[in-house]
Amino acid sequence: MKKLASAIGAAVLLLASGATLAQEIRIGLQEDPDVLDPHRARTYVGRIVFTSLCDKLVDIDPRLHIVPQLATSWSWNTDNTVLTFKLRNDVLFHDGSKFDAAAAKANLDRARTLPDSFRKGELASVDKVEAPDAETLVLTLKGPDATLLAQLSDRAGMMLAPDSFDPKDPNTVGRKPICSGPYKFVERVQNDRIVLDKFDKYYDAKDYHFGRITFLPIPDTTVRLQNLRAGGLDMLERLSPSDAPDVKKDSSLHFSSVAGLGFTEVVFNSNNGKRAESNPFRDPRVREAFELSLDRDAINEVVGGGIYEPASQPFPPASPYHSDKFPVLKRNVEKAKALLKEAGKPQVKGELAFGNNTTTAAVAEMIQAMAREAGIELSLRPTDYAALLGQMHNGNFEVALRGWSGRPDPDGNITQFVSCKGELNDGQYCNADVDKLLFDARKVPDEAKRKALYDQAQTILRKDVADTFLYFQPWPFAMQRKVQGFMPYPDGMIRLKGVSFAQK
Amino acid sequence: MIKLILRRVIVAIPTLILVSIIVFALQKLLPGDPVLTLAGEERDPAVLDYLREKYHLNDPLPVQYVAWVKQVVTGDLGKSLRTDVPVTELISQKLPVTLQLAAMAMVLALIVGIPAGILAAVRKGKLTEYGANVAALSGMSIPNFWLGIILIMVVSVQLRWLPASGYVSPTEDFWLSMKTMLMPAIVLSTSLAAYLMRHTRSSMLEALGADYVRTARAKGVSPRNVVLRHALRNALMPIITLVTLLFGELLAGAVLTEQVFTIPGFGKLVVDAVFNRDYAVVQGVVLCVAVGFILMNLLADILYIVVNPRLRHS
Repeated sequence: MKKLASAIGAAVLLLASGATLAQEIRIGLQEDPDVLDPHRARTYVGRIVFTSLCDKLVDIDPRLHIVPQLATSWSWNTDNTVLTFKLRNDVLFHDGSKFDAAAAKANLDRARTLPDSFRKGELASVDKVEAPDAETLVLTLKGPDATLLAQLSDRAGMMLAPDSFDPKDPNTVGRKPICSGPYKFVERVQNDRIVLDKFDKYYDAKDYHFGRITFLPIPDTTVRLQNLRAGGLDMLERLSPSDAPDVKKDSSLHFSSVAGLGFTEVVFNSNNGKRAESNPFRDPRVREAFELSLDRDAINEVVGGGIYEPASQPFPPASPYHSDKFPVLKRNVEKAKALLKEAGKPQVKGELAFGNNTTTAAVAEMIQAMAREAGIELSLRPTDYAALLGQMHNGNFEVALRGWSGRPDPDGNITQFVSCKGELNDGQYCNADVDKLLFDARKVPDEAKRKALYDQAQTILRKDVADTFLYFQPWPFAMQRKVQGFMPYPDGMIRLKGVSFAQK
Repeated sequence: MIKLILRRVIVAIPTLILVSIIVFALQKLLPGDPVLTLAGEERDPAVLDYLREKYHLNDPLPVQYVAWVKQVVTGDLGKSLRTDVPVTELISQKLPVTLQLAAMAMVLALIVGIPAGILAAVRKGKLTEYGANVAALSGMSIPNFWLGIILIMVVSVQLRWLPASGYVSPTEDFWLSMKTMLMPAIVLSTSLAAYLMRHTRSSMLEALGADYVRTARAKGVSPRNVVLRHALRNALMPIITLVTLLFGELLAGAVLTEQVFTIPGFGKLVVDAVFNRDYAVVQGVVLCVAVGFILMNLLADILYIVVNPRLRHS
């Protein structure tokens, strides 16, 4: 009898522990990520999955400072051309193999040499990677690169098990990534789900409380929210701002939002192709008049549900490079009209292109109404997002709305957009002085000196009205009330360390 | 008869080739550079050039087409540009899902549509007929996505009876699978049931007015047997044709329904692939659907010949 009782007791205990272990969190994503190979991945949403799957050399904290992850410490040589990392020695990959400096070298070399690696540009300053011993990693650079550490806090610094590299078929990595993060890859059904299980041998495993994470891509924001309400999801990312007030009111849900690193801006085609030649917005005075016609607070209140923090610069409030010298511009229709008169174009006609979705369309309509009051008549061209990318690249636009998910290092938020040969400079604005300042800023690790350079560059960019920022993109999350311990980071990633379900 | 069937098969081949050319050409006409779309936020020109080269996007269209056909003939539909997953694997993953949804919708439509049609015909001019007609009209006019969202809000969010979305395979958990698919199947079946009801009604009315029914009645056959044995049997012939034709309608409707209920089927696959300009997936899926349609038609043709001896001599 005693035996039976203890057997039952053991079974109950086992069941109970099984129940806590098997605890699963279901997270609704706005899109299906692309390939799950950090070196070849391109999407923002993919980074959310990687955050639980793959550890990086370094990470960021909520104030965008670089903090240790796989590397415990790092140091620069005197002329900032050699970066030496000390690595953890208690880290295993999900296949059981050990993470060491040689593995880190194999990863960085793969990221630098794979023909379709999108990390090549991010690691372009690296000349040589060496692993003198198991815990030391040395990066020799072609020249000083202040942006490198921040790059290594994202996909460029993610570590995969080198045994999983198949030189004949680089595609195998992305279909079954083997990393060293708190969760390991289980399965993926395209457009349906990505499942990760807890990695028990993770060095920090005790701080991760879910046995399983299931990511469910649900593109429609209404459907995503209904799923949360119906209990099919425990949390979701990128809640539609128009739903924020409802979620806040719902006692079974919890709302959490943070101003992100990214922004939404207006791009002017000043120099790209034929359409630039006839574009009235080629004239900086017209651009300034347009900027003065905008009321960013109104956009925030009406479309943004109060979470679209108005912006007049590319560096978000969380960034140490955010500058008080460029406060949010206030609306001034009279001055806008005067500027148009001065430019000899009291009535301006133009076309505003944007990627078609409900939120962006609402922003575009507000811009149209506000600009009209200053004498700028904008016709709207809603375009399928994929088509818009191509059209902007080819210069087939006059004015366009664009979003950017943002990077922790300031360089990632400015240089590509406004430097003469910047990859994302679709309007092809070009100013040699700006270029010089931006490229100099890449070489200065000192924060204060670097900030001074960015301030100088921004002063010119504001004078030229190179582009117009509207708001910093927020990362709004909604979750079941029982989810506790979640903290949103400005990079929008979902870090599950310390997150758990409240006990009922 | 074998000769006849062979002739139909041979006729299907040029159709298939034509379909493949049209599909190939049409998606190339879509604005938007697949590589740029693929790159998303990342724009390394060297990598973009490498990818264009890798996927033969710099070649002239006919060259691209021939290369694709050569690949397809060996059974290789290529890999998803976005996720590296082979298209054949995607199709084999998604096809059963859509077929399950379509089959459930079809069964629901048959269960509701045909009896409603019979009732409406038998009770012509009465309240039942008007009721059935109004229901059918609503079924045809209410858009799938709207009905879907309303159902999710009421049944899943308010009442918490059924899951709001997702998919569970019947081999994994049969009842849960039925539960998750029930709402989508209802949504998808509405317009189908409406069509079936209206066609059954008119077909039945015609049969009920025919001479043999009058004869049966005169002979004293019970009204129930007149309707079910004599009229319905003959009325069902055109309905069977309609059901095969409506299969296409079902697949088209599945595209929207799968979006609303986030069911990882064919429709969702192809919509996402179009938005992401994932050419390999679009080509593979559309080709697969086209082959399916051609096979269905072929099957229908053959069945007609088998069933109706008169056709063999025409």
